[in-house]
Amino acid sequence: MIDLLFELSKKGSNKFSMPELDVPEVSVSAKRGTELDLPELPEVEVMRHYTALARRVHGVEDGPYPLGSCTMKYNPKVNEMTASLEGFTGIHPLQPADTVKGCTEVLKLTHSALCAVLGMDAVSFQPAAGAHGEMTSLLVMHKYLQSIGQTQRTKIIVPDSSHGTNPASAVAAGFEVVTIPSYPNGMVDMDALKAAVGDDTAAMMLTNPNTLGIFDKQIAEMSKVVHASGGLMYYDGANLNAIMGWARPGDMGFDIVHVNLHKTFSTPHGGGGPGSGPIACKKFLQAYLPYTELDYRQGVDAEKSIGKVKAFHGNFAVIVKALTYILALGAEGLKDASGKAVLNANYLFRQIASLYGEEYRHCMHEFVVSASKAGDEYGVHALDIAKAMLDEGIHPPTIYFPLIVKEAMMFEPTETESKESIDSLAETMAKIFSVAASDPDALHAAPLNAYIGRPDEVKAAKEMKVRYN
Amino acid sequence: MKVLEKLQYLPSHEWVLVEGNKAKVGISDYAQHALGDVVYISLPEVGDEVTADESFADVESVKAASEVFSPVSGTVTAVNDALDSDAGLLNQDPYENWIIEVEFTALSENLVDAAEYTKLCN
Repeated sequence: MIDLLFELSKKGSNKFSMPELDVPEVSVSAKRGTELDLPELPEVEVMRHYTALARRVHGVEDGPYPLGSCTMKYNPKVNEMTASLEGFTGIHPLQPADTVKGCTEVLKLTHSALCAVLGMDAVSFQPAAGAHGEMTSLLVMHKYLQSIGQTQRTKIIVPDSSHGTNPASAVAAGFEVVTIPSYPNGMVDMDALKAAVGDDTAAMMLTNPNTLGIFDKQIAEMSKVVHASGGLMYYDGANLNAIMGWARPGDMGFDIVHVNLHKTFSTPHGGGGPGSGPIACKKFLQAYLPYTELDYRQGVDAEKSIGKVKAFHGNFAVIVKALTYILALGAEGLKDASGKAVLNANYLFRQIASLYGEEYRHCMHEFVVSASKAGDEYGVHALDIAKAMLDEGIHPPTIYFPLIVKEAMMFEPTETESKESIDSLAETMAKIFSVAASDPDALHAAPLNAYIGRPDEVKAAKEMKVRYN
Repeated sequence: MKVLEKLQYLPSHEWVLVEGNKAKVGISDYAQHALGDVVYISLPEVGDEVTADESFADVESVKAASEVFSPVSGTVTAVNDALDSDAGLLNQDPYENWIIEVEFTALSENLVDAAEYTKLCN
């Protein structure tokens, strides 16, 4: 275990000097009534603490990170450079609008780039991450349905392969969830959808390509069915990396979407990010988007708006990073990135399908294989294979999701892995499967080289500790 | 994987044991295997109505949260409260540790016998 900064703290060990005060002094402690409990450490101890933590982490800069459904692509360093420009860091959100024109320009440019990629008309940058974007979109749809007198529309339809956050967000936003089955290839069962829609349907939430990495070709018909019932179509942008520049949610019939800048547009992801989950919608919904004072777009109506879901413009520096990526790649570059993401996934799948005893089949940017066929015989599970990958310096794929596939392992190599890197990943997988056959107990014991081996997940779920004392 | 001869099963992996007008309901061995370590179950209360093929409980494991569907329609007459403090009992013995007892008025039309259920699981 690594001690926390609070545990390492020693009163009086802070030996730094503050710049001279040039504003009136306010006693924070007097206002709070208590002293602030901040850790006190020499700078070198703080650096050692964070370096020790960083050594225990596996990031995309340490090795492959084929985590399906979560697009862990490499984030170019130029993003960090632009985000740290003084014009972006040395400002305050309450400055007069005419003193921050560069920042409004960033928002405007990103706004029009996202609208172009998504086929939408308006964007709100407030949501701080994907699930927050889902929640915000649901509130926007709710407000819209209320405003047109359709208050009886209380149900959200999700396929059984949907991301867990979809039904969770729907419930959190006060809707009722209706789950419909998928065909074995993950495509939505159209008969079930037709039976599920009605005058109580608020919306359908969907990601396309779906969670099995298959593009659901029925999408135009699905949109037609949902729209004909009076419901709306919501696009979960988790899998946008497969289709950027090739297909647009707006053209598929979706009315509102969220995108994860931290997945698709190369801003940091995981470990605190921070993320950014802007939402984008068609014109008829834009009046209901979160309201912001700084007017970089037309059409948000302070009266109709759902209000604020985060201060100001969300995580602004993240938007700068995403815009940097968008401008560096350009329209053709974004399209190329998606094309290569799909190519890489197919290339990896073709190499490792036989290990799992499966037939290669075309996929989009990710694919799902079942560890059951190859593993059951040796008593080896997806979890054991995943843990063994850690020992090989590879972040495991997503396991046990989607739930409709037994012993699921979901790989998404992304476009930023080279051919050599994917070849080596495939070789490692072959090695792990040969160990599974010859010495399954070695896999049960994995990982041997990771700092944390097999945490007690039951205890973690039942006795959650979310504060240090 | 254990399948008990005396029980009937839903394809969604719940079992029912019918005795007179009472029915005990639980999840199958296949279900507990697929779920992995179960950490929580949200139980209904005595007196609640359950409907055949509709969800009456949510079970959460280290892998996923899933719904548990009722093989019968009727009124809950008993709840296995031991599961409240230790949902892991479902892993230890999913057939001994029933979830609810129902005074039932109808059985689901989707119930299958042990042989048929074994086929479904393979």
